Amino acid sequence: MSISRKTAIVGIGATEFSKDSGRTEMQLACEAVKAALDDAGLKGSDIDGMATFSMDNSWENEVLRQVGGKELKFFSRTEFGGGAACGPFVHAATAISSGLCETVVIYRALNERSGLRFGSGQLFNNNPMDPNIINFSHYFPYGFMTPAAWIAFSARRYMHEFGATSEDFGRVAVSMRDFAATNPKAFFYQRPITLEEHQASRMIADPLRLYDCCQESDGAVAFVVTSAERAKDLANTPALIASARQSIVKDSRMMTPFYGESISGIPEFDACAGEIYSMAGLSPDDIDMACLYDHFSPWVLPQLEAFGFCDRGEAKDFVKDGHISRGGKLPVNTHGGQLGEAYIHGMNGIAEAVRQIRGTSVNQAGDVNRVLITAGAGVPTGAAILEKA
Amino acid sequence: MSDNVSVAIKEKVAHLLNRRVGPYNSWNPVSRTQVWQWCTAMGDNNPLYLDDEYRQDTEFDDVTAPPTMMQMWSMRDAQGNYAPGSTDKNPYELLSVLEDNGYAGIMAVSYDQTFHRYLQEGERVHHYTTLVNMTDLKTTGMGKGFFVTEFAEFLTEDEEKFAEAVITYFQYETPKKQPGAKKPGSDIQKITRVHPVENYDNAHFWQGLRDGKLLIQKCDSCATLRHPPQPMCSECQSLNWSTIEASGKGSIYTYTVMHYPEIPPFDYPNAIALIELEEGVRIATQLTDIKPNDIKIGMDVEMVLTEVQDDMTLPLFGPIGSASAAKKKQEQQS
Repeated sequence: MSISRKTAIVGIGATEFSKDSGRTEMQLACEAVKAALDDAGLKGSDIDGMATFSMDNSWENEVLRQVGGKELKFFSRTEFGGGAACGPFVHAATAISSGLCETVVIYRALNERSGLRFGSGQLFNNNPMDPNIINFSHYFPYGFMTPAAWIAFSARRYMHEFGATSEDFGRVAVSMRDFAATNPKAFFYQRPITLEEHQASRMIADPLRLYDCCQESDGAVAFVVTSAERAKDLANTPALIASARQSIVKDSRMMTPFYGESISGIPEFDACAGEIYSMAGLSPDDIDMACLYDHFSPWVLPQLEAFGFCDRGEAKDFVKDGHISRGGKLPVNTHGGQLGEAYIHGMNGIAEAVRQIRGTSVNQAGDVNRVLITAGAGVPTGAAILEKA
Repeated sequence: MSDNVSVAIKEKVAHLLNRRVGPYNSWNPVSRTQVWQWCTAMGDNNPLYLDDEYRQDTEFDDVTAPPTMMQMWSMRDAQGNYAPGSTDKNPYELLSVLEDNGYAGIMAVSYDQTFHRYLQEGERVHHYTTLVNMTDLKTTGMGKGFFVTEFAEFLTEDEEKFAEAVITYFQYETPKKQPGAKKPGSDIQKITRVHPVENYDNAHFWQGLRDGKLLIQKCDSCATLRHPPQPMCSECQSLNWSTIEASGKGSIYTYTVMHYPEIPPFDYPNAIALIELEEGVRIATQLTDIKPNDIKIGMDVEMVLTEVQDDMTLPLFGPIGSASAAKKKQEQQS
């Protein structure tokens, strides 16, 4: 039994995105879930499943009670930070299409800017039972303790192997900030950058400059997923889950994938791309736009390669030719991405994918029928294709 | 007894209450530069303040100051001086009297601000302050002391009040110093590198470094080397392993130079590299004895086993020659 096109995203909701929400993550989660239910025209009592990130601090039972829910038959969590952005959709699609439950709410709420900042070097504790800490023990004692620095290892190899430059990474950032500039929900609304400004921005972890790094944000995003059958009776254009898969490979590590044969690409996406297309019966040519995980601009490039939009090492030219930008043949992150809109662990990008399919994005990329979405790179991850019903 | 203390001190400071002191003038007019400095330091990106284009659609024509900057315009400079034309009266004389009577601790309790209007570029401001209330002696978790309330008025050149604030302090008795007591700050812990967390799977690696060796795990069954440590061999699933001592020779596979954020106790820029050891496994580490611009992928490096702090030895790597130079230096020191 395939999960392809058996389920659809029928509701999306979000809080505002800010640097200091002034309220708890629990409240953010409840607000976003309520907004997603309202958007779908459903009530809390319609929910019978939930899925979120292991990193999320808001428990399912607490959220359920507050949004007017009665009972959950299914709940699941996905590990690995932003790598969890697609997992909950895989779980929801599987649970619904196998008859375990009918309507799953997915949420992610975080005060990443006003609370624990992942880029601050404070992600360490002394708990020998915490697998993060066993992993990070090989890096933190050297001061090698920020996501930007970990990603820099791969970015440097990518430059070395394919002749890419800091400007090639910069063009990704410029494109995202251009979309953000016309998105009133984006933190960088009306604040585009030029390539020169990117090049002049300060070095964070060579070769990553400030504008290569995503923001740190407070906010929450939520979704309602239900069966394709039920979706037909609801008001919004359903965004069918045409395919969805998680991906771990032998060399996967938590933010520190330094030991595989090659570290310039993203082996998790190389491994799952074929099935993401075959499950949906589609090819790269069928994809109208993409919402790719952009915690750091360099890792947008190998994603374009893994999913077959260009050959290995040629993403820099694909980007330079404007294909991922406004009016390009594969607009990427029309909401402005995590570089431009907000860092909600990739979930704001998936919401944008749904808006594109509905035709309601502020940066609508024409008639969009199919969108590729990806979760975090450099961690165990996942991907999916959404399709207009 | 508390009542007596209370009465005596209150009598001493009564004349300092309800005395409006000022003006305290501004060193500079409201300026774009200072607004920008504030906004960038505070991370305040409200476009109203500095975005001229945005402001065209608002009622404001000029650079607009964040209301919370109110106190900043007429505060003392870094040397503690008020701007020319200010009164020379000490606005906080009452607090000094309390301090002289043993109530030397001060803690801000509340700060209620009211903003009446935005300031615009070029405006000059000043403020007055009045200590409006002092309670009887109270006992709190911080000790015994007095709550003192200040009312501050922030005015424009034509005496229009653009903001006001009610500030409450708790001025409390600090413990008497014991002879031989520690100097203040001497119990502040020095920030050190975080310690790796050791468990059954990795303790050999860290112990090896303490013993002066860089150890690589080797499968007893298929002889495959592995790093970082893990309990089962990825190739043959054997749980039996031993270690070999690495030669300490290798080359740079990739690297980064960390600039920001500057996290103590590390020096910045901090050069980090992934070393491909000649035995064939990779290890992430810090580089030593090399300028950031000299780092190249593929360059040969060698281990400089370094006691980075009292309780931690790490396998840093540097250009060929670093190890013997470090050794010579150590011999000279001992």
